[in-house]
Amino acid sequence: MKVLVPVKRVVDYNVKIRVKPDGSGVDVANVKFSMNPFDEIAVEEAIRLKEAGKATEVVLVTIGPAKADETLRSGMAIGADRGIHVKTDELVEPLAVAKILAKIVAEEAPGLVILGKQAIDDDSNQTGQMLAALLGWGQGTFASKVEITEGSVDVTREVDGGLQTVTLKLPAVVTTDLRLNEPRYASLPNIIKAKKKEVAAKTPADYGVDITPRLEVLKTAEPPARKAGIKVGSVPELLEKLKTAGVL
Amino acid sequence: MPIYKAPVDDTLFLLNDVLHLERYGNLAGFSDVPPDVLAQIIGEAGKICEERLQPLNRSGDAEGCGLDSSGEVTTPAGFKEAYREFVAGGWVGLAVPPEYDGQGLPYTLAVVMNEFASAANMSFAMYPGLTQGALAALLRHGSEEQKRLFAPPMAAGRWTGTMNLTEPQCGTDLGLLTTKASPRADGSYAVTGQKIFISAGEHDLSENIIHLVLARIEGAPAGVKGISLFIVPKYEVNPDGTLGARNAVRCGALEHKMGIHGNATCVMNYDGARGFLVGEPNRGLNAMFVMMNEARLGVAVQGLAQSEVAYQNAASYAKERLQGRALTGAKNAGGGADPIIVHPDIRRGLMEMKAFNEAARGLALATALDSDIAHRSEDAEARQAAEDRLGLLTPVLKGVLTDLGFESAVKAQQIWGGHGYIDENGVGQFVRDARITMIYEGANGIQALDLVGRKLPKDNGRAAMAYFAEVSEFIAHESSDEMKPFVEPLKAALGDLQKATIWLMQNALAKPDNGAGASYDYMHLFGRVALGYTWARIARAALAKKKEAPGDGAWLDTKLTTGQFYMEKMLPETGFRLARITAGVDTLMSLPAEMF
Repeated sequence: MKVLVPVKRVVDYNVKIRVKPDGSGVDVANVKFSMNPFDEIAVEEAIRLKEAGKATEVVLVTIGPAKADETLRSGMAIGADRGIHVKTDELVEPLAVAKILAKIVAEEAPGLVILGKQAIDDDSNQTGQMLAALLGWGQGTFASKVEITEGSVDVTREVDGGLQTVTLKLPAVVTTDLRLNEPRYASLPNIIKAKKKEVAAKTPADYGVDITPRLEVLKTAEPPARKAGIKVGSVPELLEKLKTAGVL
Repeated sequence: MPIYKAPVDDTLFLLNDVLHLERYGNLAGFSDVPPDVLAQIIGEAGKICEERLQPLNRSGDAEGCGLDSSGEVTTPAGFKEAYREFVAGGWVGLAVPPEYDGQGLPYTLAVVMNEFASAANMSFAMYPGLTQGALAALLRHGSEEQKRLFAPPMAAGRWTGTMNLTEPQCGTDLGLLTTKASPRADGSYAVTGQKIFISAGEHDLSENIIHLVLARIEGAPAGVKGISLFIVPKYEVNPDGTLGARNAVRCGALEHKMGIHGNATCVMNYDGARGFLVGEPNRGLNAMFVMMNEARLGVAVQGLAQSEVAYQNAASYAKERLQGRALTGAKNAGGGADPIIVHPDIRRGLMEMKAFNEAARGLALATALDSDIAHRSEDAEARQAAEDRLGLLTPVLKGVLTDLGFESAVKAQQIWGGHGYIDENGVGQFVRDARITMIYEGANGIQALDLVGRKLPKDNGRAAMAYFAEVSEFIAHESSDEMKPFVEPLKAALGDLQKATIWLMQNALAKPDNGAGASYDYMHLFGRVALGYTWARIARAALAKKKEAPGDGAWLDTKLTTGQFYMEKMLPETGFRLARITAGVDTLMSLPAEMF
C-alpha cells in the first residue's frame, strides 16, 4: 500500500510573526520556515506504517514556491521515499490544494492519504475534509491513533467529549492531531540520502486546476493587547465585581 | 529555567560566507554537504541539542552520577534515552571514514555539533566527545585488525571511548607515570595500576567502553620515552566482534566535583587487565597526542559553548528584568522601571560576551577546517600550511577560548545579580561547568608553555611567520574605507604581537624564565589578535553579503557593530599584554620561596 503525505512549508512555529504595517498580511521576509508541525506528524506516521510492513512506499507532495523543496527534503530525511513538488508562487487556498491533491491521488492511487489537521499559518483545517469529499473517501480527522487492519483503518479521533474511534474502509483520508506520535530526528545518513531521492517537478496547470483565490482578505491585524487585570481583596469583593460586570 | 537556542544562522553564515566551505569540494566528504544539505544538518544538530540535551542539563547537574558496590555507574535520569537518540542520528561517527561505518563528513561539522551539544549539556556531550577523540587516535595509530574490531562500534556509538593518562602522582608531568604493562604469552599485556580523573570512565550508556591507557612496559626506559599506549576494553572483544568476559578494570570511586556533575569522573583500577599495544612500544605519548590535540580543540569549543549559553540567558534576562531608569529617559514609561538592558554596564557585559562568541566560533571553525585540510588534502603544500596553523593555534584556542568562556559565564552571572547565585536559576552551573575547561586537557598555563616553548620555535618559527604574513597580507589587501575600522586596529595589534615575538626571541634563549614568565600574556596577546583577524574576516564577508542580499541588512549591521566593538574595546588589550611581557620576569621570580 502506498501512502501519500501532503506537506506544507510554513513560518516556523518558534517565530513570533508580525503583521505588516499596512495590514496587507504577515511579514515573512527573513523569517525561518519549516514543515508544518502537524504534517511532520503525518510523515512520521506514514514512515512508521512502512516500518511496520503496512505500507510499501511513502510519497510526499508539496504545493508551493521553489523553496518548498527544502520541506520535501526534510521529510525525505526522516524516511519518505520520494516527492512531488507542485510549484507555484501564488497563494493556494485549501480548496485548490484539495483539487490538486485529488488529481495526484488519481495518478498515484495511494491506499491512504495522511496529512496534518491544519497548517499553523492560516489554521484553516479544511484541506483534509475537502479532499475526502472530492474523492468520495472516508475521513478520520484529528487522529491520535491509526491502526491499519485488513482493508480498513481504525482511527481514534480527539473530539471535544474525549476520544472517538471510527473504522474507515480503505482508501481513506486521515488528518493528524498533536498526540498521534512524536516525530523522530533526521539521521545524518538519511539527510545525505534525501538529497539523492527523486522529486517530480509539476505545476498546478499540469493538473488542470485553477488556483485563483476564491476568498478576499480584507485586512490582517494584530490581536488586541490584553488589558491588565485587577487584584481583589476578598471573595465578597469578587462577587460584587462580577455582579457589577453583569456576569452573575 | 535556562534557555538555549543553537546559533544555526550564525554558524551557516560562518561556514558559507566567511570560510566558503563549498570551495573545498575536493576534500573527502565535503562534496556530500552542498549548502542546502549543510543547512539541514546544522538545523537538525541544533534541534536535537535544544530539545533533547538541554532539558537534561539542570536535572543532570542536580542528580549527578551514581556508583554501586560492584563498580557499575549510572548516569542521570534521561541520559540513556537521549544518548540512544543521539547515536541513532549518526552524530558520533560524523567525521569517521565510511569504511569504519562513519558518515565520512567534514570534521568541521563535528566541531559544530560539539559546540551545540556542549552548550546544551556539557556533561552529556563529553561521552560521545571522548569517543571521538579515542577513535581519532585509534584510526591513526591502531593496527588494521584493531581498527576493524574497535572502530565501527565506536563510530556507531554502541561503544564509547576514554583516555587514561592521569595517576595520583602524575598529572602534567607524564614522565612520572607508573601503571605497568606486562607482556603475556598471547601477545597481549596485563595492565596494572590506578588512573584518576577519567571522564566517562564507567557509565550505563553503551554496551562496552574502550579505554586508551598510557602505561610502561616492564623494563621500559624511565620518563616520557618509556610510555606506551594500550587498548583496554571493559568487556573483552572476540575476533568476530562479539563481547566476551568482563576485563579486570573497574571504577573504584567517582570524584565529587565543582561542576560537570552529569559526567562520571572515575578512579579506574586496572588489575592485570588485558590490554593491546597500540602502535610501537615506548611511542605511546606520540599516539596519545593525536587524541589530545583533537581534545584540546574540543575543550576550546566547550569554553565557547558555555559562553554562548551563558550569554543567551543573560541577554534574555536583561530584556525582562526591570530595575532603574535609563539615563537618557524612561524606556518603559508604563512600567515601574526599565529593563536592565538600558544600562551601559549591562551592555558592556552583553557586548563583550557577544563579540567574543561570534569571533571565537569563527576561529574554532576555521581551525577545524585546517584540521580537515591537514588530514584530507592531496596538495602537500596546503596540507603543511594547514598543519602549521593548526599546531600553532591549538594551544591559543584552548587557553584563550576557555579563559574568556569562563569570564563570560561569570559576566552572565553578574547580569543576573543575586539571582545568578541561586542554583535553581541555572546560571551558576555555567560558571561551574566552564571552570574545568581551563584546567583539564592540559591546564592553560601548559598551553601557554606549549605555544611559547614548542610551537613558536618549531621549524625555525615557520608557522608563526606564515601566520603573521597571512594577517599582514589581509590588512594590506583590505584597504577600503568600510574595512578601515577593522584593519587599522588589527594592524596595531599585529604590531604588538610581532614586537612581543621579537622580545621573546631576544630574551627567552638567554634566560628561559623570560619565555615561561611571558608565556601566559603572550598566549592571550596571540588570542586577541587571532580573534581580531577573525572579526576582520567576518566583517569583510558581512559587507560583501550586504551588497548582494540587502534583505539581511539588520542582521549584518549587527555583525559589523559587534565587530567594531571588539576592535575598539577588546583588541586594545594587546598593548597591555605587550607591556607586561617586555617588563620581564625580575619582579615575578625574585622573591625567595619562603616569602610566600
